[in-house]
Amino acid sequence: MKARVFVSLKSTVLDPQGQTVRSALQGLGYAGIAEVRQGKFFDISIAAGVTREQARKDLETIAQEVLANPVIEEYQIEVLD
Amino acid sequence: MKFGVIVFPGSNCDHDAFYAASQNLGQQAEYIWHDSATLGDVDAVILPGGFSYGDYLRCGAIAKFSPVMNAVRGFAREGGLVLGVCNGFQILVEAGLLPGALIRNRGLKFICRELRLRVGTSRSPFTSAAVKGQALRMPIAHGEGRYFADERTLDELEAEDRVAFRYIDNANGSLRDIAGILSRERNVMGMMPHPERATEPLMGSSDGLVVFRSMLEAAVRA
Amino acid sequence: MTATAITPELIAQHQLTPDEYGKIVAILGREPSYTELGIFSVMWSEHCSYKSSRLHLKKLPTRSELVVQGPGENAGVVDIGGGYVIAFKIESHNHPSFIEPFQGAATGVGGILRDIFTMGARPIAVMDSLRFGRLDDPRTGPRNRRVLSGVVAGIAHYGNCFGVPTVGGECLFEPCYDGNPLVNVFALGVCRKEDIFYARAAGAGNPVIYVGARTGRDGIHGASMASAEFTEESKQKRPNVQVGDPFMEKLLLEACLEAMRTGAIVGIQDMGAAGLTCSTCEMGSRGEVGIEIELDLVPQRETGMSPYEIMLSESQERMLLVSEKGREDEVFRVFRKWGLESAEIGAVTGDGKLRVRHHGEVVAEIPNRELADEAPLYDRPHGKPLRHAGDAPEFLPASVQEALPALLASSDVCSKRWIWEQYDYQVRTNTIAGPERTDAAIVRIKETGSSVAMSLDGNGRYSYLDPREGAKLAVAECCRNLATVGALPVAATNCLNFGNPERPEIMAQLVEAIEGMADACRFFGTPITGGNVSLYNETLGEGIYPTPVLGIVGLMKTAAPVTIPFKNAGRSVVLLGGLGGCNDTDFGGTEYAKVVVGRLWGLPPALDMDREKRVHDAMRAVLAENLAESAHDLSDGGLAVALAECAFGTAEIGAEIDLDSDLRPEMLCFHEGPSRILVSTAHPHRVAAIAAAHGVDAPALGVTIERGIEIRQRTMTLGSWDISSLKSVYCQALESHVK
Repeated sequence: MKARVFVSLKSTVLDPQGQTVRSALQGLGYAGIAEVRQGKFFDISIAAGVTREQARKDLETIAQEVLANPVIEEYQIEVLD
Repeated sequence: MKFGVIVFPGSNCDHDAFYAASQNLGQQAEYIWHDSATLGDVDAVILPGGFSYGDYLRCGAIAKFSPVMNAVRGFAREGGLVLGVCNGFQILVEAGLLPGALIRNRGLKFICRELRLRVGTSRSPFTSAAVKGQALRMPIAHGEGRYFADERTLDELEAEDRVAFRYIDNANGSLRDIAGILSRERNVMGMMPHPERATEPLMGSSDGLVVFRSMLEAAVRA
Repeated sequence: MTATAITPELIAQHQLTPDEYGKIVAILGREPSYTELGIFSVMWSEHCSYKSSRLHLKKLPTRSELVVQGPGENAGVVDIGGGYVIAFKIESHNHPSFIEPFQGAATGVGGILRDIFTMGARPIAVMDSLRFGRLDDPRTGPRNRRVLSGVVAGIAHYGNCFGVPTVGGECLFEPCYDGNPLVNVFALGVCRKEDIFYARAAGAGNPVIYVGARTGRDGIHGASMASAEFTEESKQKRPNVQVGDPFMEKLLLEACLEAMRTGAIVGIQDMGAAGLTCSTCEMGSRGEVGIEIELDLVPQRETGMSPYEIMLSESQERMLLVSEKGREDEVFRVFRKWGLESAEIGAVTGDGKLRVRHHGEVVAEIPNRELADEAPLYDRPHGKPLRHAGDAPEFLPASVQEALPALLASSDVCSKRWIWEQYDYQVRTNTIAGPERTDAAIVRIKETGSSVAMSLDGNGRYSYLDPREGAKLAVAECCRNLATVGALPVAATNCLNFGNPERPEIMAQLVEAIEGMADACRFFGTPITGGNVSLYNETLGEGIYPTPVLGIVGLMKTAAPVTIPFKNAGRSVVLLGGLGGCNDTDFGGTEYAKVVVGRLWGLPPALDMDREKRVHDAMRAVLAENLAESAHDLSDGGLAVALAECAFGTAEIGAEIDLDSDLRPEMLCFHEGPSRILVSTAHPHRVAAIAAAHGVDAPALGVTIERGIEIRQRTMTLGSWDISSLKSVYCQALESHVK
C-alpha cells in the first residue's frame, strides 16, 4: 500500500513562493494564471500487513504532528493501492 | 576595463562585486538592470550572489527568464567573459550555460565560512594569474551550493580541464570537491565561493583578486 | 457605522479595562464602533502604548551632542561625522517566536529592518540576543532544541536573503525561558545626514500611499497577543501567524531608498504591530494633521475582509507614505520598476482626525493625537523585586582542572559557531570583525573611512539577583566589549524583557532595572535612543528572569582589529583591571555556580563604574599605541574561561600564568568581577605605564607559550590543559546539545 501526504500553507497564510512564481509566470505572458500556491508532498510506502484503517490512522497522526506545522500548514492524505 | 554587474530583483552581492572591481581592482564598473535587453559596452559580465526572486521555486530558476539573460547568452556565444558567483553560478547552470546543478548542502544548513580552495587549472581567463594547485582562501555563504552532475559530466569536466577550483575543505558535500567550473569554451565560469569578498586585507583575504586580475589580463589581451 | 453591539464581554476580550473604555467614550463623545474599538485596543495595548513602562522610561538619558534623533521615531539616529549618521534599534519578537519559531524570528528581523530603512538608512548590520530553555532537560529539552533551531533558521532565512550581515550577538539558556524564549533583534543602518526621513505626515491634501505586500488576515491582534500571558487557551487559539517574505522586503528596501531620492516623499512609516492603524494614526499625530483613508483602495490578498480586519492586519512587508501632491507618479514609477504594488488610499487632512471609510461610509473617526498620545498611563504599584535566591550554600568545589572543561562545554559559554555560521555575516563586505573574533562586532562605513563597533549584552541571572545592578552590569559589559576593540561608546538601545507588570514584584524589577540602566548610561555617556519593552513574558504564571538587553554602539577608526586569540609565544599576559575580589555572596550568580554547583544565590558581582571606565580608557590608550596583540574581556566563566578562549586561535598559542592572590582557587579562576580585560603584549612596561596613568591595576600574570595552558596560584599548579582537547570541547558542545 502506498500513500501520499500533501502539505501546503493554509489558504489564509501568505505564500511568498507561490506569489513570486505567479508573477513570474504572468511576466512570461501566461495571462491565464490567476493564482499559484506552492506545497510539497511525501510519498510513503506502508509496510505489508498493516490494515488500511490502521495506516490511515497513523498517517493522520504523522501528518498532524510531524509532516505539517499545524500553526501555518494544512494537509491532505491520499491512500493508494 | 569595464565590468557589468547584473542586478536581478533579490541580488545582494551586486554592490560588493561593483566595489571589488571599481575600488580594489581599480577598473570601471556599472550595474545592468535585469530587464535590460543589451549589455552596453562592457568587457565582462558578473552575475552576483544573492537570492534572485527570493530563490523561490529553485535557486536561479526564475532569473534565467530575465530579458538580460538573452543578452548574456549572446555575449557568451561571442566569447565575452561571464563570471557567476554563488547565486550567479546557480543562474548559469539553470540557464544551461554551465552543466550540472547546485543542490542543498550536505548538512542541510546555510554555511558562511572562510575556507581553502585549490586552483584546478590556470588555463582560463579567470585563473590565468594563479598557478595550478595553488591554495587560496575565500569565504562561502550559501545553503544550496553542493555541486552535482552525473558521472559522465564530471568525467568530461575533468578530462577537459574545466574544474577551475576545488575545495580543500569541502563543507557542502560537492561531488569531487568541485567549487567552480568553466564552460567548454572557457569564457564562462561559475563558482560558489565569493572572490569579491576576498579582495582586500581588511576583509581577511585578498586571494579573490586572482580571479579579477586574470579577467583584467584577458581583457587587456583581447 | 457597523452595528456590532459593544458589550462588556467584547471590551474585555479586547483587553481594555472599564476605565480605559470610559476614556474612549470621553474622547469620542459617544460609544465607539466595533472597528474603533479594535483600533483603540491595539493602540492602547502594552506593546504599542508602553502604558506600564512609559512613566519610568522617562528616567533614561536620551540626548547627547551626537544624538540626532532619540526615542519616538522608528529608530534612533546618531551622528558619526563626515556627513553621515547611523540609525539603529533593538526589538523583541518573543511571543511570535514561541508560537512559530521560524516565522516568528524571521518576521522579527523583517520588522526591525523596516524600522531602519524607513528612516532612509540602508541596513548594514544585524545582531541578535537570544534566550532559550535548557537544551539538555529531559522533559523540555526536545522542544527547546526545536525552538532554537527554528529561530536560528528563521533569522538566517530572512537576513541572508535580504542581504544584511548578521555580525554577532549572544545566546544563553535558563529553565525560565522554557515556555518563553527571547528573540531580540538589533539592526543598524547608515545614511547621509540630510537624507534622514521621518514618520510624519504633513500638508493637507497630500496623498497617502500604500506600498508593498497585500493585506491579509495575518496576525490580527498580534499586538495585544504580545501583551498578554500565554495560557493553554491562547495556545489553542493559534492566531494567524505572519509569514515573512524577505525577497519582498529587499525590493521594498531598494524601492523606498530610490523613491526617497526623488524628493517627492514627505513622510514614511512601516506597518508593523497594529499595521495600518498604527501607521496612519502615528504619522498623523506626529505631524499634527489628520489622515483619511478608503479601505476599498487597500490592496487585499483575501476577499471579504472587514474594516476591522483590514485596520488590524499585521501582514508583513508593507509601508505607508505621504508624498507631495502632484508628484505621486514619480513615486509610483519607482515602485513599478521594482515590481511592487502601490496605491493611493487617502489623503492628509487638516482636521487632526483619523477617518476610515469602507465602501464610502465612515467606519471610524478618531482624533489622532488622543489615540496616539493620550493612551492610558499607569503608575503600577511596585514593591520589592521578586527574588527567591538565598544565601550561599555549602558546596564542595570541583578542582580547577575539572571545572574549566565543564564550563567550556556549558551551552552558555561554548562557541556559538553552530548558530552564526548559518548567518551570512559578511555580505556587503564591511564586516571587519564578525562573530567570536573580537568582543564587539565591527562594521566599516565605506563612505566615511570610520567604523562602527557594536555589542549586545544582558544577564538574566544577575538581573534576577539584583535588577538595578544587573542592568548596570549589562551597560558596563557592552562598553567594555567596545573598549577591547578600541571603540568609544556613543549611544545605546534597549530591549526590556520582563514578566507581568501587574504583579508589584515584577513591576519593581522593571523599575529598578530602568533606574540602574539610566545611571549607567548617563555615566558611560551612552544615551538610549530607542528600543522596545516586552512585558507579560510568562507562561502559566511562570515569569522569566528580568532580562534587560542592551545594544551599545561605538565609533572608531577603520583598521585591522586586534582580535581575541594570542598571536605569538613569549608575550606578556597582562590583566587590565587586576584579579579583583570576590566573596561567597558575589559568587552566586556566576557560571561556575550554575554549572558546577547547580545553584543560583547571593548577588551579582559588584561594579565600580568609575574603575570600570578607567579600565576602558586604559584599554583604548593601549590600542591607540598599538601595544596589544590580543584583547579579550573577562565575562561568563571569569579568568580561566577567558584565558582558554584566547588560546583557541588557529595558531593555538597558550599561556602559563601564576596568580598572586589569597582567593580560593575556584573564585580566583572563575569569579565574574567586572572591569577586567586580558591582553597579550610585547611591551609590558609601556602597558603598565598606561595602566598606572589611568589608576588601573594591571598585573602581568605570565607569558604566552607554544602549547598548553597552565594556571598556578603562587607557584602551586591549579590546572594544566592541552589546548586542542579543550578547544574541541568548546567548539563541539553546542552542536552536540542541539542534536
